Amino acid sequence: MNVIVCIKRVPDTEARIRIDGSGSSIESSGIKYDMSPYDAFAVEAAIRLKEGLQGEGDVSVMTLGDSSSGETLRKALAMGADRAVLLNGEVSLDGLATAKALAAELEGSEADLFLFGIKAADDDQQQVGQMVAVLSGRPCVSGVSSFEIDGQTARCKREVEGGSEIVEVDLPAVLCITKGPNEPRLPALKGIMAAKKKPLEERPAQLSGSRVRLIGFSTPPPRAEGRIVGEGPDAVPELVRILREDAHAI
Amino acid sequence: MAKVLAVAEQRDGKFGSGAHEVVSVAARLAQDLGSTAQGVVLAGTGVSLDASSLGSFGADKIVVIEHDALADYNPEAWVSTLENLIREGEYRVVVFSATTLGKDLAPRIAARLDVPLASDVTEVDISDGMVSVTRPVFSGKAFAHLEIDASPALISIRPNVFPSVESVAEGEVTTVTPDINVSDLRIRVLERERSSDGVVDVSEASVIVSGGRGMKAPENWSLLESLREVLGADAALGASRAVVDAGWRPHGEQVGQTGKTVAPSLYIAVGISGAVQHLAGMRTAKTIVAINRDADAPIFGVADYGIVGDLFEVLPRLTDEIAELRAKD
Repeated sequence: MNVIVCIKRVPDTEARIRIDGSGSSIESSGIKYDMSPYDAFAVEAAIRLKEGLQGEGDVSVMTLGDSSSGETLRKALAMGADRAVLLNGEVSLDGLATAKALAAELEGSEADLFLFGIKAADDDQQQVGQMVAVLSGRPCVSGVSSFEIDGQTARCKREVEGGSEIVEVDLPAVLCITKGPNEPRLPALKGIMAAKKKPLEERPAQLSGSRVRLIGFSTPPPRAEGRIVGEGPDAVPELVRILREDAHAI
Repeated sequence: MAKVLAVAEQRDGKFGSGAHEVVSVAARLAQDLGSTAQGVVLAGTGVSLDASSLGSFGADKIVVIEHDALADYNPEAWVSTLENLIREGEYRVVVFSATTLGKDLAPRIAARLDVPLASDVTEVDISDGMVSVTRPVFSGKAFAHLEIDASPALISIRPNVFPSVESVAEGEVTTVTPDINVSDLRIRVLERERSSDGVVDVSEASVIVSGGRGMKAPENWSLLESLREVLGADAALGASRAVVDAGWRPHGEQVGQTGKTVAPSLYIAVGISGAVQHLAGMRTAKTIVAINRDADAPIFGVADYGIVGDLFEVLPRLTDEIAELRAKD
């Protein structure tokens, strides 16, 4: 069972996002970066799959980004992935351009599974996995919280509105992974040492031009100052009155 | 003719506010382009559907695509069907709803048509013939303003953000039956499980009752459930990351950066202190109410109205008061 996991380096979810003076980029100074949280679930799933098969198979991780993304790939290697590929290029806000660059790289791949985090925690587009699947002619299930391999198919538990479904998909397939029961492991020292010796290839990404033009970024206006209606249950009638009469919310 | 297409979702033959919102947005964009809006609905054979009702939200024509294989969402069956319709229609803009279904479907259509997709947009306009959008990034910590340089421009709109604009009009309905070979489908849905029947998903709910660690134990969720019930059919339960990670609530309910970003008209945060990732996910709610015993909790910084106190005393009272109010309506 060979698995390729596509991951992305994004600002840590605790980061405060500031826009630079030009309004056209996010301030990167003082921001800590990490693997996008859903991607970490995808890497964890791939490593568990390999462990379940007594180490048989190969887990590759791939990313599109500048050379600083090498750090994120090393983290995946430290978690237990076997090899890494860095497609060097500038990620735009056109998810299809990203998907094309990844699909070009995956063409002819004989991997059985291609995993993506369901969305990157920076641009929140939730689209690259499905697009890569379409471009490379593979079936795709998104929102997968857990899965198991059953012969030439994967049985996936998929999160849908107000419930879940069990979906069977023919391999090779693309799965877009959401948060599931298996918390991503933290790399142990041994893994971090081993990762240094694992292969990390870097080559230019085959990027087409972005057809989504950035006009600028803005931050949400601060919310108007709120007020404490009162303390304890005695404040409830006044809150209910406000919600009905002032806010028209109930 | 630069027509605009709205992809309207139905469930069990009913259109929710999401369907009304996509049609309303399509109608507004069509007006700006000097053209007309159309709607498309995919459904199982024989679903009783009042498709012409979408006309009152501005769709001149509504195409109902019916097939047994379209009864439940299976991307393998849906994508080609919809792709064909969009290719034939020569639309300028195609509007999806950013629901679980829409977020899965729209990128596949975009890749098939070789056009980019702006997901989960909160504003869309036509300016000088270009489609420009605003969409939240970093889970709402910032907004990106973009122009889409492609036709059709594909967008999915965030539920509950755009108004449904109703008028007196009826749309003309055509029903078509596509050829779908079920044995070609590489994905098969084996089971469907509804965690709570008829309850709207947190991402689409207009009211959210959300609980955090202050709830102390999973069994105390019955208090939140009671409040949700009195708030009506459009209310859903939400949860903070802490209680999802603790296994008290399913991830599907999580609000925040590694969960869902929501924009309900009322968000009631109970026992949630307000981590930055949580605030990012709910700060665009129209009205935010916080109930917390810690007056310094960050949640009060975004809340419009707060009660400081023991939630185990405040919650039952709130449920009773609202029930009483509703009984008088």
